[in-house]
Amino acid sequence: MKQFVASLLAVMVWAVSTPGVALAQNGPLRIEITEGVIEPLPYAVPDFVGETAAAQQLAQQIARVVAEDLTGTGLFREVPREAHISQITSFGSPVQFADWKAINAQALITGAVSSEGGRIVVKFRVWDVFAGTELGEGMQFAGTPDGWRRMAHKVADQVYSRITGESGYFDSRVVFVSESGPKDQRAKRLAVMDYDGANVQYLTGGNALVLAPRFSENGQRVLYTSYETGMPRVHVLEVGTVQSRILQGQDGVMSFAPRFAPNGQTVVYSLTQGSNTDIWAMDIGSGGTRQLTSAPSIETAPSYSPDGSQIVFESDRSGTQQLYVMSASGGEARRISFGQGRYSTPVWSPRGDMIAFTKQNAGRFHIGVMRTDGSEERLLTASFLDEGPTWAPNGRVIMFARETQGAQGSSSLYTVDISGRNLKRVRTPEGASDPSWGPLQ
Amino acid sequence: MRLTAKITMLIAVLAVSACTNANRFDNGAVDLNAATGNAGGILPGSASDPRSPAYFQQTVGDRVLFAVDQSSLSPEARATLDGQVQWLLTNSDYNAVIEGHADEQGTRAYNLALGARRANAVMEYLVAQGIPSNRLRFVSFGKERPIELCSEEACYAKNRRAVTIISAGLTG
Repeated sequence: MKQFVASLLAVMVWAVSTPGVALAQNGPLRIEITEGVIEPLPYAVPDFVGETAAAQQLAQQIARVVAEDLTGTGLFREVPREAHISQITSFGSPVQFADWKAINAQALITGAVSSEGGRIVVKFRVWDVFAGTELGEGMQFAGTPDGWRRMAHKVADQVYSRITGESGYFDSRVVFVSESGPKDQRAKRLAVMDYDGANVQYLTGGNALVLAPRFSENGQRVLYTSYETGMPRVHVLEVGTVQSRILQGQDGVMSFAPRFAPNGQTVVYSLTQGSNTDIWAMDIGSGGTRQLTSAPSIETAPSYSPDGSQIVFESDRSGTQQLYVMSASGGEARRISFGQGRYSTPVWSPRGDMIAFTKQNAGRFHIGVMRTDGSEERLLTASFLDEGPTWAPNGRVIMFARETQGAQGSSSLYTVDISGRNLKRVRTPEGASDPSWGPLQ
Repeated sequence: MRLTAKITMLIAVLAVSACTNANRFDNGAVDLNAATGNAGGILPGSASDPRSPAYFQQTVGDRVLFAVDQSSLSPEARATLDGQVQWLLTNSDYNAVIEGHADEQGTRAYNLALGARRANAVMEYLVAQGIPSNRLRFVSFGKERPIELCSEEACYAKNRRAVTIISAGLTG
């Protein structure tokens, strides 16, 4: 409770000190996501029309997932179906705007699902109720019935992007570590899931301890650290075939904290030789390596800028963990974190404008964001142990792991807006940690 | 760790002499050929046998503890390690893997590196005292394998550790 109040407080303080946002009341239907939306936009999404008998149930389910996606952002508020006056019974019929205005639904999403020969087609339209016009053009997606959630996410991504002007993040996947068992014997497996926790698939068996998976830019490969050989070593896994191999198997050294460069060909990671941990880069094709830092301190958690030209990392060269930025080819690094406490696990945003990090201060952990020069630091969360942020593909939301205190402590995944609002737990079948958010599919 | 001891003893009682995976980091892998010899009433391999890994673990002391975010060896730690040195010099058929660990107050990657610093501090001390470096290896588990579960300093203090695990010698 105390944790919740603390994080809420932090958010509120921040919210009053920045220009908020706004729903355009007059003019076109639009949410400007500046830094945080104070008042979510009311919308209605009646059940989609099932145009064939087999599509009836999916038509309802798809509309529900669209609503979960949109409402889940905190930017939209669904007008409950019980309040609807009009019913949408045919995709082609004219919309009775007055009925939707009367319940103050500013946006209306209508859709239909049909099935034929083992495939389903989902079509939808978005309406600006108060302007009485269609927003964008109708679209349709086709696929197999078991991919219905993805099609729902695609619809929601379209709605999100038409109303906010930014790309969505619903049709995306997250690779993470699924955890079970007590703290001293915790079993860890790599798993992937949809961004909302649905469709979990396991990628490793759980015999070997695995840590910190990271998606490649295109989501086809995953880097991770495995103790399969007894030593922590960087592995690479092909998501399609679930085949993996050791990338860094040099005898007697530990390798960990890997991350892909945007080109998908270079990998940066930490290598420990003796007591010293430095950052190295490897060309994944040739296996050629190059040392990027050479200090007697701990250098770890490297992350590329989206243009691949720079790397942000953490180092305790000053005595405590702080964030530094260097050229992707190594060399001189410049410190960017100067606040109270210790900074770690920096991750460059996909937009290139911010860096998310973990911060430890006064016995608490925080997830925060700052500009790439270290300015405008903002803490988004506070708890006993928050760790390891990862960015949604559109750079508006961060997922991270939160571990609870004590002997029964366990880890779960949460998302939070970069404004610090809309903190939510992601439903996973077991404990979960080390999320890495993949691209929009 | 207690489990390792039990396994070791069980294997000894059964007097199975399979040489298990000497090159791998199997914590419980003990070459029992090396544990035989004139025990004079002492059950070979048991904790009362001064030549046994169980004796090393329970009587010599297999672990040293560290202060928060530190990897330097306290006088107490050095005393324990001096005992380890004597045992390893006497029992030259054994090798050792030093496992470094951190408490949960820290991020995953940093704690891996910190655990490596701790394990390496132990390894360097043992080598400086005359143990050939080719008998020693180290690995860090960071914060992944606590032995005490509470989220208080009493537990953290025991989790910030480096543990010397005796393994079969390559010559076994």
